[in-house]
Amino acid sequence: MQSPKGIWKVITASSVGTLIEWYDFYIFGSLSTIIAQKFFPAANPTAALLSTLATFAAGFIVRPFGALVFGRLGDLIGRKYTFLLTLVLMGGSTFLIGCIPSYATIGAWAPALVLLLRLLQGLALGGEYGGAATYVAEHSPAHRRGFYTSWIQTTATLGLFVSVGVILAIRNIVGVDEFTNGNGWRYPFLLSIVLVIVSIFIRLKMQESPLFSKLKSEGKTVKNPLKESFGKKENFRMVLLALFGATMGQGVIWYTGQFYAQQFILTKCFVEYEQANTIILISLAIATPFFIIFGSLSDKIGRKHIMLAGMLLGVLCYRPIFQELYETADLSKKVENVAAMQKLESVSSVAGGVGDSVKLVTVSKVYEDGSQSKISTRQQISSKGVVSEPVNAGKEIQLGSAGKWKMVGLITLMVLFVTMVYGPIAAFLVELFPTRIRYTSMSLPYHIGNGVFGGLVPFIATLITTVPGTDHLSGLWYPIGVAALCFVIGLLYLSNKPGKNAEQ
Amino acid sequence: MDNLKRYLGFLWMLAGPVILIALIAIAAKNIDINGTTDISKPIPWIIIISIFTPVAIGLTIFGWYAWKGEYDKEQ
Repeated sequence: MQSPKGIWKVITASSVGTLIEWYDFYIFGSLSTIIAQKFFPAANPTAALLSTLATFAAGFIVRPFGALVFGRLGDLIGRKYTFLLTLVLMGGSTFLIGCIPSYATIGAWAPALVLLLRLLQGLALGGEYGGAATYVAEHSPAHRRGFYTSWIQTTATLGLFVSVGVILAIRNIVGVDEFTNGNGWRYPFLLSIVLVIVSIFIRLKMQESPLFSKLKSEGKTVKNPLKESFGKKENFRMVLLALFGATMGQGVIWYTGQFYAQQFILTKCFVEYEQANTIILISLAIATPFFIIFGSLSDKIGRKHIMLAGMLLGVLCYRPIFQELYETADLSKKVENVAAMQKLESVSSVAGGVGDSVKLVTVSKVYEDGSQSKISTRQQISSKGVVSEPVNAGKEIQLGSAGKWKMVGLITLMVLFVTMVYGPIAAFLVELFPTRIRYTSMSLPYHIGNGVFGGLVPFIATLITTVPGTDHLSGLWYPIGVAALCFVIGLLYLSNKPGKNAEQ
Repeated sequence: MDNLKRYLGFLWMLAGPVILIALIAIAAKNIDINGTTDISKPIPWIIIISIFTPVAIGLTIFGWYAWKGEYDKEQ
């Protein structure tokens, strides 16, 4: 095993690269609205189709496929060179997305190239995590494996943190108009190449994992890791157990606590964009150290109990927590400060409709708790003076200090559940499989659990809300149901002791 | 405990095809060839059903293994 100084070098080299990969993957998601405007105009059916493929295929198909491709490679040629390759692939793809001319300049080539690069991003992400977690775990002493691998676990959340932070910073530096309508949105993508070069430089100096090196020197590496992982019952049954008893529930808890919460306060609570993202940033910053705390705790009391406790807390608390978030921004429960109320009216012509015009009314209100709201309505006025019914044209709420900090507390609580399920899971997965097939075997359940089960949270939540009689909380039944099923399977079938394969 | 794990294995075996059939039925209900939202477009459903088919088969195999006592000594 590594000396204390050596293990920190290993953790730094692995974590920085993995963090950059998450950053690269998230900025596409965070900027998806702008990317859609630049590359996937809804009026063009081909571009719209490519947009759908970019959204769904990258997460659901390509990530698990990347886990298989790079997992196999990692078990054949080694961890170090495989996760160097995934880093180059991810960084190169991200940088190139920032360079592609818009649809207006090169037509259908633009969305096709973006789709291709997004798929490469998904492929690289599928290969990265298993390599980094395996690499760190194989350098760690058994009794501290949870602690050391938990540093890798912080990278997914920190990647989101950095991506949101970089986007907000660049948006403020270049201005909202340049960021949205000019080239400002490209800078977070272009910045990636600098980060990746630094990370490659660090990783190149690292040695191969000692366990894999030993295996290789003894000639005990397998010729076909895929066949060994999924063709042999003793390994395949553990792949299935890892998926249905751990990563499936972990994926939905992770996605709900971070991404669905962000989407919920933006689209259901109508919190203003910068304030919503600031709330997320603060929550992530407060909760992130708990990945390490729960990872370390798992070395003492076992992985299973902590992960399942996180799942159970999610199952029991999601509905009350989301209801509290909703009520925090519910204007009907706030007392208006009538003296500070403003009503702005503007009337503008409609392009192409001679004599027709649109009346846009924005009402700004201030509330006694310090919150502010802007509610806009739009009415069509025909040339004959007929005025249509007002339709909603936007709503934005700036929470007062108490409301803001209440949301920070609630989201921090949900990210704490994330740290419970996610902090120990790398060590848990590593210990289920022997060194010769570890990269392949742990990567697939991880990426199905996170990419497929977790990634489907917004889609299925939206689907559920289309059922008559549902409300703003009904979408939560999907993560609650999946986490509950995973909890039952995990409780019955998982062991709280490290797998017997941990040292093989 | 081992008996419970085995009996529940039967439930997991059934859950695989049930989930898949439910998914296909929901897809058929929601797909609208002229739809503009993600849940009415066919492509997301094709992708989701394609990726969930092996997952559902996996759940059935998991149930089979549990039924046969493959996980009896994991506790």
